[in-house]
Amino acid sequence: MEFLYDLPAIGYVFQFIGWLIGVLPIIAPTIVAAAVPIGFGALCGFMNERSGVINIGIEGMMLTAAFVAWWTASLSAQLVPSTAFGPFGMSLPLLIGLAAAIGAAMLVSLVHAWLSITVRADQIISGTIINIFAVGITGYLNLLISQTAPPSAGQFRGLGLPSALTDLPLVGWLIDAFLDQGPIGLGLIIGIVVMQILLFRSRWGLRTRAVGEHPEAAETVGIDVIAMRYRNVIIGGVFAGLAGAYLTIEFGNSFQGEMTNGRGFIALAALIFGRWTPLGLMGASLLFTASEGIQRAVRFGPPEGPLGDFLSAIPTQFYGALPYLITIIVLAGVVGRSIGPAAVGQPYVREKRERRRTTVPAQPAETGAA
Amino acid sequence: MLHITKRYPGVVANDDISLDVRAGEIHALLGENGAGKSTLMNILYGLAVPDEGDVLLDGRPVEIDGPNDAIHRGISMVHQHFMLVPVLSVAENILLGDEPMANAILLDRAAAHRRIRELGESFGWKIDPDEPVGNLSVGWQQRVEILKALYRQARVLVLDEPTASLTPQETREIFEVLRRLRAEGHAIIFISHKLYEVLDIADRITVIRRGRVVGSRIPSQTDEDDLAELMVGREVQLTVDRGESHPREPMLVVAGLRVNDAKGREVVHDVDFQVRAGEIFGIAGVAGNGQDEMVEALMGLREVTAGRVTIGGWDATGASPRSLHQRGVGFVPADRHRYGMVLSFPLTDNLALNEYYHSPYARGMVRDEAAIRANAERIIAEYDVRTPSADVPGSSLSGGNQQKLVVGREFDGELSLLVLDQPTRGLDVGSIEFIHRRAIDRRDAGVAVLLVSAELDEILELSDRIGGMYGGRLAAVLDARTANREEVGLLMATGGREAVEAVQERAS
Repeated sequence: MEFLYDLPAIGYVFQFIGWLIGVLPIIAPTIVAAAVPIGFGALCGFMNERSGVINIGIEGMMLTAAFVAWWTASLSAQLVPSTAFGPFGMSLPLLIGLAAAIGAAMLVSLVHAWLSITVRADQIISGTIINIFAVGITGYLNLLISQTAPPSAGQFRGLGLPSALTDLPLVGWLIDAFLDQGPIGLGLIIGIVVMQILLFRSRWGLRTRAVGEHPEAAETVGIDVIAMRYRNVIIGGVFAGLAGAYLTIEFGNSFQGEMTNGRGFIALAALIFGRWTPLGLMGASLLFTASEGIQRAVRFGPPEGPLGDFLSAIPTQFYGALPYLITIIVLAGVVGRSIGPAAVGQPYVREKRERRRTTVPAQPAETGAA
Repeated sequence: MLHITKRYPGVVANDDISLDVRAGEIHALLGENGAGKSTLMNILYGLAVPDEGDVLLDGRPVEIDGPNDAIHRGISMVHQHFMLVPVLSVAENILLGDEPMANAILLDRAAAHRRIRELGESFGWKIDPDEPVGNLSVGWQQRVEILKALYRQARVLVLDEPTASLTPQETREIFEVLRRLRAEGHAIIFISHKLYEVLDIADRITVIRRGRVVGSRIPSQTDEDDLAELMVGREVQLTVDRGESHPREPMLVVAGLRVNDAKGREVVHDVDFQVRAGEIFGIAGVAGNGQDEMVEALMGLREVTAGRVTIGGWDATGASPRSLHQRGVGFVPADRHRYGMVLSFPLTDNLALNEYYHSPYARGMVRDEAAIRANAERIIAEYDVRTPSADVPGSSLSGGNQQKLVVGREFDGELSLLVLDQPTRGLDVGSIEFIHRRAIDRRDAGVAVLLVSAELDEILELSDRIGGMYGGRLAAVLDARTANREEVGLLMATGGREAVEAVQERAS
């Protein structure tokens, strides 16, 4: 192996790969943790786009949910006992915050559904409005609240797995990274697997795919396209709510303005890169967040020699920008064009089905019949 | 056992139409676009509610509440534009909306596959339930549509223009299927405006015009001329008398043309042909065999990867649409909504799209509204575009009038070459007749005309020479005076070899 490292130029690539394999078990939890909000955001987009609705308002939905989770949790911490019980360091205020975040994101999704499906407004505009509104309202409320400085309600804790599992050779670190998480993080792992099965194996999945690809065909076999889209967009809100709540009551325990920091848009990119499948979007989310883990590893344990010097010399901002660079490369179609649901973004206009009034003047024969 | 009667007086769409279809019968519904066929079928399918009149099923009046209800009652429709989801598999398309379930959530895929295989085998079809529908040919998609209806245990089957995009061979196969379904006791409503097909397959024919039933016929007691007259309301010349052509020098010369599609795959392979001034050269082909890309490449809308295109000696390979127009090339594109016109523009502007930028329509940067209007009104009158005024948007015209507008613009002026891509797709008989006659006029004026069409009748009626396009190649070229339907059909379906053999066989 060593001789590979000594090859001119390309040796550095092998050195980098070797180093990466070494540090991966250490940085994996960081990568997974960073991928949770992106994965949930992408699941939200998945629910929307698979049924034919574009949602670029994921960012705003996440931000709203992040604020609501933190705020309701800390408010209720002053009203109800916040003693922890059960696993995950669960407490009543945290659960209230989680529920409120989900509710808030569902409400925003309902607005998006109404604008996109019923009003048939431009779906890009609807999403943009949600993003702008969310930044404004959460920023303003945060400003008002932070003057009274409410105490934080804390955050969910990891499951805490027995070391017998996490110390297993070869797979121990994977179990540790993916399963030693709080309830929201674990929820994503379960959610991805469940959605993957549902999409391809369930009646709901089949109908959703039909509605997103060819709504007229779905309608002619008796599927209610409008109801299907409403339902899926609102369920998408649940995922956006979990993404937001993760940031303020599981990953962290505070709220800052605009803290979603573009994750909603990276989620969209992950959705596309993952070709609109749950497993794919999860993989893409992990790839996008890997740079964050690498940055940490470089800071705390760079490889030896000139490669380490080089990696350390790269400004941290570059690592911060890496997910966005990868996103641009992906969206530019470098990794093969990915084709989304055919009907995405097109409002569905159902054929008229209401009873029309007779416009013919009453005839003598008809008055007799009445 | 099955009786549907519908009385529906009142509004224009359907005016007191009665139609009864018996089990074990194929009943053809014949009418032009806008005659009210679709409205009638939408009522049957529960998409529209009649103001008056009743739908009777098995002798009992029923109120059909939406497609779901119609399906439950055994009524299924095969739409003109297939209602299939291309990315879904054959099985998924067939069972969509009526899925066999393994439990409350998951599908029972094994049962679904078994039922679909059984259904297919009852027709002697080998069907792979997992094949995505988008990979199937149009003929097979049609079969999937029929299986979809049978899977739902349809007793009444409505087929809306089922042969619109099929080759004659595929049409014959579908007719076999329909005859079998008839023998099994299904009631079939067959909607079409192709007269010879209706005469071939139907047991009874009902003709509607402007929302009224104008006649009922039995095939043995009628003919094409009679039906056409009923349908249009006046005597129509079904075949335009195209007279003798007097071809002169080659005008369009295409040599070794190769073109890629949007995905970068070569879809036109080394195509050579000539169109002489004063003749119509028809290229017959089923959609998706490279004709679209070939026409786009000729008209400067797509890159030519290899080969040479000359028009009257001028090297027109990769020439821009504007320079082609300046050299007297008229182009009627297949998709009038996307390429032929701007739907939201008034007719005046639509008719100035080619020449808006120069005199007399513009003086420097300023448009000359009066000249644009005068030009528009002249073309509208000359090409019989039915419109309340020249200022209404293009979208307010009917399909036939939109096409006459495009034709008027492109046929106007000094021409050397006319390229007609599916020039009468979806139009009514009256408009088709009009456009065909104008095309012959231009030919007789010495214009070279290239006609690309999937409509066999159109090819046979207009062309002086006929080529078939199949799989991106242009194989045999037949002389229209001696070619028959069957041979041109083979040309479209197999790329020529069999057609040539058929011709040789007949000659020997």
